Amino acid sequence: MLIVPDVSATPALKAPEPEHCPGPESQTAGQADACAGCPNQSICASAPKGPDPDLPAITARMSSIAHKLLILSGKGGVGKSTFTSMLAWAFAQAADTQVGVMDVDICGPSIPRMMGANEESIHTSASGWTPVYVADNLAVMSIQFLLPEGDEAVIWRGPKKNGIIKQFLRDVEWGALDVLLVDTPPGTSDEHLSVNTYLKDSGVDGAVLVTTPQEVSLLDVRKEIGFCKKAGIKVLGIVENMSGFVCPNCEGESQIFHATTGGAKKLAEEMGVPFLGAVPLDPRIGVACDYGESFFDAYPESPACDGLMGIIRGLREQIGMEMKEEYEE
Amino acid sequence: MSQLDGVKHVVLVLSGKGGVGKSSVTVQLALSLARRGHKVGVLDVDLTGPNIPRMFNVEDKKVTQGRGGWTPVSVGTPSENGGSISCMSLGFLLRDRGDAVVWRGPKKTAMVKQFMTDVVWGELDYLLIDTPPGTSDEHISLAEQMRTVNPDGAVIVTTPQAIATADVRKEINFCKKVGLKILGVIENMSGFVCPHCSECTNVFSSGGGKEMAEQFSIDFFGAVPIDPSFNLMIESQSSEEGKKTPLVEQYGNSKLCPIFHTITEQLVAKVNP
Repeated sequence: MLIVPDVSATPALKAPEPEHCPGPESQTAGQADACAGCPNQSICASAPKGPDPDLPAITARMSSIAHKLLILSGKGGVGKSTFTSMLAWAFAQAADTQVGVMDVDICGPSIPRMMGANEESIHTSASGWTPVYVADNLAVMSIQFLLPEGDEAVIWRGPKKNGIIKQFLRDVEWGALDVLLVDTPPGTSDEHLSVNTYLKDSGVDGAVLVTTPQEVSLLDVRKEIGFCKKAGIKVLGIVENMSGFVCPNCEGESQIFHATTGGAKKLAEEMGVPFLGAVPLDPRIGVACDYGESFFDAYPESPACDGLMGIIRGLREQIGMEMKEEYEE
Repeated sequence: MSQLDGVKHVVLVLSGKGGVGKSSVTVQLALSLARRGHKVGVLDVDLTGPNIPRMFNVEDKKVTQGRGGWTPVSVGTPSENGGSISCMSLGFLLRDRGDAVVWRGPKKTAMVKQFMTDVVWGELDYLLIDTPPGTSDEHISLAEQMRTVNPDGAVIVTTPQAIATADVRKEINFCKKVGLKILGVIENMSGFVCPHCSECTNVFSSGGGKEMAEQFSIDFFGAVPIDPSFNLMIESQSSEEGKKTPLVEQYGNSKLCPIFHTITEQLVAKVNP
């Protein structure tokens, strides 16, 4: 299926945007210093200004979703998607909790594989796109479902990515959800800005930051916290992933990623945000993700599960999602 | 005239997936090449998460404006056999190390362009370009800029598990689309040797990189195990103990050094036919 992202909010430009372009949608479009001499100037200056006309549509669509959580990390490969999928499985253990997962990592979508839905595709109806249901109460949406071939590279610049994210938020028929988890790509760029802008009116509960213990990773997460502050997103807490490794042979514990600067806990204290907990490195998590299984169902007794359960409990308290009785058993 | 005229070989380090060790591999390739007596430049194009300065322990350095453009930051002093490392990253241009660079595409594109045109590298044997994960603005801009430079090709980094290779496959297709030659694949984080019992555990499963390389008929440069002591070496550079010996020499004692020696050998052979 070929998809044409909706870029209607952006005027059609006849030349690439110049270096200090204020953005064709901005209030100063066509009037800023950088616009002088730009061949697009007249197009930008005459384009309609003001809030995005699609925002009310997004807000209406999102109104049936009780809680919205962003999973962020400045660093790649720290386990954002793994954590998102496990969080989703954990929430979905209670049969009456409706859970949605939206993967806005456009260039490297991992959620479908982790959810065991890699080969699925979405269906379009008059009311919008139907997400893929991996369980009765667990819906997933990702760009992977729209690709004609699994290995296809999505070589898109920012505006096209923004277009598809807008469509994910406006056109996907989530129905009534208790919680929507938004998995993001690493960095602080287009995807993050767009999600935040589009969800401004509907309200986001906050963001969970995932990191690994070593300073190289914390460095990027520090930037992400700065981004959250700038963008006005509440940081619900930091999760330290891949924290320590227990050898399956001798059960001796070793640190694969050394927390030379005190790890996520210290960072959380330093930045004044809650520390949610740590999850040890367990090779079985990786295997479960590769096969799209729920790690909770497969290895409920593992230390990693305990760690995760503690984190999820802390998160539920923060967003005010009451623990269901059925779930506690 | 281009600033890259004095650069003999340009090699990109790519991966669709984040956190697989692109920067670690770039750093080790640089160290390994420098140990062989090459002059190496490292350009960090990861704008929203620059890690190269931290890894070379030059975070507090600033870039100076010299004649003709930006002077890259040199790492340590050139070794006796003439090997040296210099690097350029957006990290050097930030006021505070915690500052976030919240930029949309066009600004990133402009920055990448500036990095490619305004850095005075001088005479270099190798310029290694470390990239962010994905196939988006930075990569498209690089590919565009590369047209005039005629790069030797790209080294693809992956970890063994299917989740990572799935994204890396996308990156290989990206290289094909933009006409960038792939020099070879490096499988990083391939197994972890327990320091207590020496049992090797495949933390992120194993063999995925090799399998993928075979499938796409590209060269497989080698598998690099997880070595916490390498991370420790990188992280402890700023301590008193770490300052005594330059990183290039410290790396000689690392278990990963011989592995990268063979990888570098293959890379050098590949770009000097």
